[in-house]
Amino acid sequence: MSDNAQVEHLVDKKYEAGFVTDIESDTLPPGLNEDVIRHISAIKGEPDWLLDWRLAAFAHWKTMSEPHWAHVKYTPTDYQAISYYSAPKKREDGPQSLDEVDPKLLETYKKLGIPLHEQEFLAGVAVDAVFDSVSVATTFKGKLKDAGVIFCPISEAVQEHPELVKKYLGTVVPTGDNFFAALNSAVFTDGSFVYIPKGVRCPMELSTYFRINASNTGQFERTLIIADEGAYVSYLEGCTAPQRDENQLHAAVVELIAHDDAQIKYSTVQNWYPGDENGVGGIYNFVTKRGDCRGARSKISWTQVETGSAITWKYPSCVLRGDDSVGEFYSVALTKMHQQADTGTKMVHLGKNTRSTIVSKGISAGFGQQSYRGLVHIGKDATGARNHTQCDSLLIGSTCGAHTFPYVEVKNPTATMEHEATTSRIGEDQLFYCKSRGIAEEDAVNLIVNGFCKDVFNELPMEFAVEANRLMEVSLEGAVG
Amino acid sequence: MLKIENLHASVDGKKILKGIDLTIKPGEVHAIMGPNGSGKSTLSNVIAGRDGYEVTAGSISFHGKDLLAMQPEERAWAGVFLAFQYPVEIPGVNNVYLLKAGVNARRRHLGLEELDAMEFMQLVREKARLVELDQAFLSRGVNEGFSGGEKKRNEIFQMAVLEPSLAILDETDSGLDIDALRVVAGGVNKLRSPERSIIMVTHYQRLLDYIEPDVVHVLADGKILKSGDRTLALELEKRGYDWVREEAAHA
Ligand SMILES: Nc1ncnc2c1ncn2[C@@H]1O[C@H](COP(=O)(O)OP(=O)(O)O)[C@@H](O)[C@H]1O
Ligand SMILES: [Mg+2]
Repeated sequence: MSDNAQVEHLVDKKYEAGFVTDIESDTLPPGLNEDVIRHISAIKGEPDWLLDWRLAAFAHWKTMSEPHWAHVKYTPTDYQAISYYSAPKKREDGPQSLDEVDPKLLETYKKLGIPLHEQEFLAGVAVDAVFDSVSVATTFKGKLKDAGVIFCPISEAVQEHPELVKKYLGTVVPTGDNFFAALNSAVFTDGSFVYIPKGVRCPMELSTYFRINASNTGQFERTLIIADEGAYVSYLEGCTAPQRDENQLHAAVVELIAHDDAQIKYSTVQNWYPGDENGVGGIYNFVTKRGDCRGARSKISWTQVETGSAITWKYPSCVLRGDDSVGEFYSVALTKMHQQADTGTKMVHLGKNTRSTIVSKGISAGFGQQSYRGLVHIGKDATGARNHTQCDSLLIGSTCGAHTFPYVEVKNPTATMEHEATTSRIGEDQLFYCKSRGIAEEDAVNLIVNGFCKDVFNELPMEFAVEANRLMEVSLEGAVG
Repeated sequence: MLKIENLHASVDGKKILKGIDLTIKPGEVHAIMGPNGSGKSTLSNVIAGRDGYEVTAGSISFHGKDLLAMQPEERAWAGVFLAFQYPVEIPGVNNVYLLKAGVNARRRHLGLEELDAMEFMQLVREKARLVELDQAFLSRGVNEGFSGGEKKRNEIFQMAVLEPSLAILDETDSGLDIDALRVVAGGVNKLRSPERSIIMVTHYQRLLDYIEPDVVHVLADGKILKSGDRTLALELEKRGYDWVREEAAHA
């Protein structure tokens, strides 16, 4: 059998997280107008300034149109057909502890393998779980509180720490930044808020799992993470969504702010439902993620492992404003079946001696289409700025595609730029080599793919690196015949 | 242990092997010599089970089993090993990790307990010494950035770890300088045993100065034209291959 015929099966892995939780929920009827926004804001008991902020974003959004420059194809979304709010029905005033959380919810989390229970405390993972639009359980608050760390649903932060939210919200991704960011600003329902005070090293990895459950609801989380001077935090976001025939929209906004000498490490493992083997269903993942290295010597690292979604449109970026600040982007993206991904990063060098590293690993199988799109901008004051970009594509079979769109803007002649790009195919010779050593084909493919991804997996927190490895393996399962 | 009968094979419809007969007993070392393009690598690949080679006639039995019915990894589990003429690079995949996966897959298949990381590292260090392979190579990507000689040495190291009952060395000597040749040959000699048979594919008789073969075969135009002992190799070196062809034509 030929190389292609052999590996083309690398496509048909069943989606493991595709179950629907049967739980009563409060859902707004589909449609978007000022009343819907007022309703969301009222449910959450928001202050007037936030409602005004939302309404301004909505007014701006109405003047914008959906962007179509990405190298992806899809039928335009009908924004009036989406419900903008869905929350699991609360008992009384909501859960005070895990014991009070609806057991069905916990069961869902268990199926997803999310560490929610006390014993996971020992593993050092604090979870702020977002179920559809409302955070239902937040763990390990005590320990974090002792360290002075604030880690809570953003809706709670609006109530408890309005001064922080007001000071930082929308300062990295302005409401009118782009179509999806404007929409998110208008209708965001929940998400995480993190504040690490001066000089504090967050004592554990913080983690949020997002999961889209109710059908026809868009999910619009808003995440805001602030590391004050000299602070450090590592944050992991994991995502899954159940299996449905219709496409669901996910338009999140994540804003990171690092002050002087602060470090934020943000890791994502994304396996939203990718659609079926015919390209029906799946999540549209249109996300704006941006970090602002506001202070000198600050550092922001994005690490992402993207194996899900029907369409991914996302460019976690860094604005390197502070002198000597550092931005990093490490990415593994897998597109199989009919998945499409247009992903990459933007590194905007404004401060002196700013440095950025981009390592992008794209794997395409089946009819998957993938583009790397990256911008490196060196501003006129960014003396001594340096960028290193490494962009590798691995193709499995002959019906998939990989594309690279690097953009470079250099306004300061002292900049140093390096760009390396490779495209390779898992070769029959590599597979045969492994097989002749006693390794069955499917294991050989996993071995080769994991080897290809190693530079990125090494950047993930230890326990999640193992998880990422496993995720790649299940994603590629059944691929080889 | 290995019995090849009337083996015909083609690639892309082109006939390459045209009736190979070859019997190898346990512990024997057979050298296969022949001009470029005569089908030596094709024979090696067909034994190891590479795709793309169509066997149009004949059979290969190994320890009494039909080798041609088995997948390449099953052949490895049964004890077949091929040292490649051109070993591929697999970037990012740790050399030792690949071997551990291979060794443990075979152990699982044989109903043995898998080796843990400690046991395996011990085995690997011992074998690396055997072929004088620098420990640094163990943790590098498979053949990643290795020189030609290092790749060949790595192949023999893998053979030492996998302990096959039939090892096929496809031009393991080409591209080696004399010192490297001595080391590699020394490694192979240490791996000779009454249970282990070896097929050595080579162009040059100089390898046979280091690894003494029991039988020497001449493969030309897809057929084994002549077999003999060590002296046949010396004669080939002096006289080339044409006289064998002529002799065969008149036989
Ligand atoms: N994959 C292949 N595709 C086409 N022709 C091949 C292929 N492999 C080998 N051949 C041809 O088969 C013949 C024998 O090759 P090979 O077995 O490599 O010879 P040797 O190892 O004795 O030099 C040559 O003519 C070669 O060109
Ligand atoms: Mg050859």
